Amino acid sequence: MQKLGEFKLPHFFNYPPYFTLQPVRDTREKQVQLWKELIIEYCRAQKVFIIGLEEDFPLFSNRAIERSLSHEARVAFLSALVSDGRAEWTDKGHKKCLILWHRIQEWADLIVHFVKENGLEDNVMTVEEIRSGTESRGTELYGIDRSVLMRALKLLEHKGKLVIFKGTSTDDEGVKFSL
Amino acid sequence: MAAGNYLPTAELTASGRPVLYPGEIESSLLSSVDLLSEENPNFPHLKSGLLILTNHRLLWLPNSTPVSSPTPVHIPLSAVSHIFSLKKSIKSVFSTPRIRFQVSVTSEGRVDEKGLRSIVIALVLRGKSDPEAFLGKFWEALKVRAWEEIKVGASGAEAGSSSGSRSGEGSLALRMPVVGVAGILRKEQEMWESTDKSLQDAFQDLNALMSKAKEMVMLAEKMRLKLLAGSNNQATGAAEDELGTKEEMQDWLLSVGIASPVTKESAGALYHQQLSRQLADFVRIPLERAGGTINLIDVYCLFNRARGTELISPDDLLQACSLWEKFDVPVMLRKFDSGVMVIQNKAHSDDEVFARIRSLVTKPDALQSGVSASDAAMTLGVAPAMAKEYLLTAEGKGLLCRDISPDGFRFYINLFQDINSDDVYLVRDYSIYAAWISTNSISR
Repeated sequence: MQKLGEFKLPHFFNYPPYFTLQPVRDTREKQVQLWKELIIEYCRAQKVFIIGLEEDFPLFSNRAIERSLSHEARVAFLSALVSDGRAEWTDKGHKKCLILWHRIQEWADLIVHFVKENGLEDNVMTVEEIRSGTESRGTELYGIDRSVLMRALKLLEHKGKLVIFKGTSTDDEGVKFSL
Repeated sequence: MAAGNYLPTAELTASGRPVLYPGEIESSLLSSVDLLSEENPNFPHLKSGLLILTNHRLLWLPNSTPVSSPTPVHIPLSAVSHIFSLKKSIKSVFSTPRIRFQVSVTSEGRVDEKGLRSIVIALVLRGKSDPEAFLGKFWEALKVRAWEEIKVGASGAEAGSSSGSRSGEGSLALRMPVVGVAGILRKEQEMWESTDKSLQDAFQDLNALMSKAKEMVMLAEKMRLKLLAGSNNQATGAAEDELGTKEEMQDWLLSVGIASPVTKESAGALYHQQLSRQLADFVRIPLERAGGTINLIDVYCLFNRARGTELISPDDLLQACSLWEKFDVPVMLRKFDSGVMVIQNKAHSDDEVFARIRSLVTKPDALQSGVSASDAAMTLGVAPAMAKEYLLTAEGKGLLCRDISPDGFRFYINLFQDINSDDVYLVRDYSIYAAWISTNSISR
């Protein structure tokens, strides 16, 4: 079995037609579905939040069979994820795509779970601490994309579960939980 | 109506066509023409018939064949002594055009070229016509005197055979010198004269031919218009023999090279039906050689080459192939999604081809590196372009997947359907997927 980093690649990753955008409708549907899953799982495993279309994303090429996805194919698969709500374009030119292997709501739930697990209900934490503090190590929150985290926090703030307050700099942005 | 007393009868064939003399060519047909003599009330008044001008005669045929209809008659052009030009007056613009000409008649009033008296006959052109054009042709026919060619030929033969016996007679004939210098000079002169005459005759023929060609085209055009008008007037109920003539005319027009004027939806003119059958017979052997499928363009070339002359147009070919649906022939026209059209054996079914493609594409090397159109061509025994069409069709059916790379355009067996999207790592035993995996793991 091939690996990409620590990620175990399925067998069909070596199937050349997998890298050619299929024209036949049923075949295309299946192909798109497989790519969507693969992208999500890979990003989850490797904690990739942003895919840049013009950069070399390792999943989009297979050196062993000398194939890589065309630009058109990349756009097709990522757009499918966007339609599913599992991804978002960060720019109008569709050059960068934010992958939400957890939807924002799911991240919010994870934060709540994290807070409860660590008894931080009435505490104050900086945003940075949530991302990279000792408590978060080993959890999914560790290394979370900052903009994603902010959106999740804002969601919770909207629900009254916490309050975000600004510090002297962005690094000092803090959160007061009131779960 | 004792037309026979005044006008000689015209012989007709069983289907109502005039029996023409040797060398007689039709040059104009006019419908709904009356033939009468304005000055002699006893002369038959023939109403609304078909007028045919040939290079020998004017024929008048009755419109339909009920028992009581008048007999068909003719006027030999040799009896026509003068044609009047069309009167152009205010009145003539609104009235039915009339063509008047003078013919020689006997003392009993019968039309005859040797008649000493004359009478003026009028043709009333009640149908769609171009009187000026008709008049032109009438003049031309009269000028060319085509009927005399035959007579000259006949009388020349006569003179030749009887000159031996006549040499002693003809005391009025001058005695021509045949010996001495005068004789030689005389012979040369005669030779020049006869060459000159035959040149003149030849040019006459050429002129006649040229004018005929133009006439034919005009005639065909008129026919076409008539047929179109005829098909529009079907509600009024055409007479039976008119329809018969219509089919004849259609065939005739097609053989002259003009497309059938009747609409495409009609049951296909006889020409296309015949062509269709001929094509089905012809295409059998090339089809076998080509492995059961052959590109339509190739058939076009082969068929026309075989025909030599009387080439058919691409449109004719297409029509002929489309007609196969109506007959029971073992071949069919097939159009691929890409637009490419082929002729294939009906027996040569798609399922059979797909079965062969499937077995080709599941062989170990094909599992590993796929197949190209040329690989398939060799296995299927068809041309690479045909093979590609089949591969694309198989792809459309979900049998194959494409792989486009710098290596080219290749096809693999479709594994996508074997992959479980709920568990992408799952591989069913003995599936094609499993076979593919084991083939690939050997090499990598």
